[in-house]
Amino acid sequence: MTIDVMTTSESASAKKATRDIYLPPERKIVAGGGTAHIVAKNFSIYYSEFEAVKKVSADILSKYVTAIIGPSGCGKSTFLRAINRMNDLIPSCHTSGSLLFDGEDIYGKYTDEVLLRKKVGMVFQKPNPFPKSIFDNIAYGPRLHGVSDKKKLMEIVERSLRKAAIWDEVCDRLDKNALGLSGGQQQRICVARTLAVEPEVLLLDEPTSALDPKATAKIEDLIQELRGSYTIMIVTHNMQQASRVSDSTMFFYEGVLVEHALTAQLFTNPKDPMTEDYITGRFS
Amino acid sequence: MNIGTRKILDRSFTAVGIGSIIVMALALMIVVVPIVSNGIGAIFFTGTIEHRKMLHNEFQRGNIQNLASEVASSDRYRARLYEMLTTFEGELETMVPEKKREYKSQYSQVRTALQALLGPLPGETIPMLTRFKYGQTRWEKAEERLHELLYESKWDNSDADVMGKEYFVSRAKAFEGTSLAPIFPYVKTNIRKMLLPEFTLYWGFITDSSVDSHFFGGIWPEIKGTFFLAIGAMLFAFPLGVIAAIYFTEYAKPGFFNSMLRSANSTLAGVPSIVFGMFGLAFFINTLKVSESKSVIAGSLTLAIMILPTIIRAAEEAILAVPKTYKEASLGLGSTKWNTIATVIIPAALPGIITGGVISLGRAAGETAPIIFTAAVSVGSAIGLADVFSSPTPALSWNIYNLASEHEAAAQIRHVQYGMVLALVTIVLLLNLSAIVLRARISNKLKG
Repeated sequence: MTIDVMTTSESASAKKATRDIYLPPERKIVAGGGTAHIVAKNFSIYYSEFEAVKKVSADILSKYVTAIIGPSGCGKSTFLRAINRMNDLIPSCHTSGSLLFDGEDIYGKYTDEVLLRKKVGMVFQKPNPFPKSIFDNIAYGPRLHGVSDKKKLMEIVERSLRKAAIWDEVCDRLDKNALGLSGGQQQRICVARTLAVEPEVLLLDEPTSALDPKATAKIEDLIQELRGSYTIMIVTHNMQQASRVSDSTMFFYEGVLVEHALTAQLFTNPKDPMTEDYITGRFS
Repeated sequence: MNIGTRKILDRSFTAVGIGSIIVMALALMIVVVPIVSNGIGAIFFTGTIEHRKMLHNEFQRGNIQNLASEVASSDRYRARLYEMLTTFEGELETMVPEKKREYKSQYSQVRTALQALLGPLPGETIPMLTRFKYGQTRWEKAEERLHELLYESKWDNSDADVMGKEYFVSRAKAFEGTSLAPIFPYVKTNIRKMLLPEFTLYWGFITDSSVDSHFFGGIWPEIKGTFFLAIGAMLFAFPLGVIAAIYFTEYAKPGFFNSMLRSANSTLAGVPSIVFGMFGLAFFINTLKVSESKSVIAGSLTLAIMILPTIIRAAEEAILAVPKTYKEASLGLGSTKWNTIATVIIPAALPGIITGGVISLGRAAGETAPIIFTAAVSVGSAIGLADVFSSPTPALSWNIYNLASEHEAAAQIRHVQYGMVLALVTIVLLLNLSAIVLRARISNKLKG
């Protein structure tokens, strides 16, 4: 990644300031002190026989930004997609152990995955707006959940676009097709579309890997804006990004959760030697 | 492989490709040019006064005053001819029996040729069939008939080893010395005045009903029947096909049952259409009894079964081509499976689904075999919407076959056959064109 050194250091100091302002009081406590939003206990995910995620136990804290890092194929995306049951689309995929969201088993017999996905929104690796107008893209979710009043929809659309920091760029062309926007704008439209459903958790699956540095910076700024309001989980290949945007970090290696700690701690003083090797770039 | 060989291979393949395209284009031209030129001849042609008489008598069309004055001027020349015929008939009675017999048979040939050219001669009973009530309605045919009047065709069979050769003997020579001899030069010089040819635009060819088994054209019942059959088939096949495609792509779990269904679907696409026709007769008419006998609904259902596999395949491919990310995005927003299909997948797949549908519509419009046993009749009036459950209908595809091979006067109505073919080709072409336009518009809308 070729971000200008000046801007990085500048924005880093700016973010440090915002972090202090936006941190909810309980976040000042060490990891584990906040309320756990998502709890995994001996949670495993299998593709047919292959165990892609192995007996993961972790507490993901409410309103935290949690980054998931690790080399390719380590199961980090699989774990993320398990949280809103996106893996259901793969017929051979099944799980064991328990994964609780707000104390309820996500893979429980009576869990309504549609309701779950309403509360746990997801933004994907590749920007994937629908081939509809910008307005219809954002209003898609609210309409699904029964909002049909035009005025109310407009309110939701504006609020979501403002939250996703893209309102100023698109407010005069809401009726234009969303596919006409740039990749970075499309990705923020996707974030806005997810926010319009008012989820509690936001899952970001490598949201910047298909974007250029400038668009990446905007998405990172957006995550800063949203922190404190949502429980955010972000899968990323970019360790700088993880250290910039997250409060806590999980390091996966070959399906095993090697280390889960506050970001500052994990990047400066990793407990596990494997983590240290990875973040210092000895393997990837 | 070195670069020189590679380039030679590339170039020679390009040459072969272009060559085959040119061959195909030429073949297409060879087929299309006569269809278009002769088909247009059914509507634009040089028509005689007999054509205008026919229009007036059968369809009450045309300017009566004009027609009356034309008939009067034509009759003046015809009266002179008929006078000469009467004179000759008188002369015939006075001849010696041998000569009389010889001339009589030749004279009856002359009369037949004159009838074909000018219509019934005075003193004859009016024929039952409309085609014999009038002379030649088209000028180019009148010229052929004129030749038949002027020359007797004979066959030279002297050499037993080769096929007989046709040769022509002038009738004027055969009647030399009798009072009939002058009529041949008379007809030859005055034929235009007797038939008054003029350029005609005959829209009635398309919009009229047929008179006397399409002898004069009139293909509206066929066009209407074709539309009813094809659109009826779509009404059944399109929704069913799209639903089946959705099941195959979104709901079906891989397994023995589904792979059987899929291969059955593929096999169905390859079944000969005549088999569908027999199936339609056996199943829809004899077993289900959707109608007492042939009917539009039975034909539509049969065509629907025939085009179903194509629609399923096209819709399936269109749905599979929708990016998986749309589905993920929609489900990720808390949409149900059905909602995702209805609001995201189907709209995105619509261009492909519609293209498949319209191509199938064109195929349904053009198929002959499935409707032979289930819906088609050779001659009939245009049916209304209320009749589709009970009555059969003429249809372009079937009537093209019928007129070209079964019709008792097939050789005399080539222009009608070509006109029908052109009408069918135009309809199918327009359908395909509309599919292309529709597809372009929808995908433009999707692209933004």
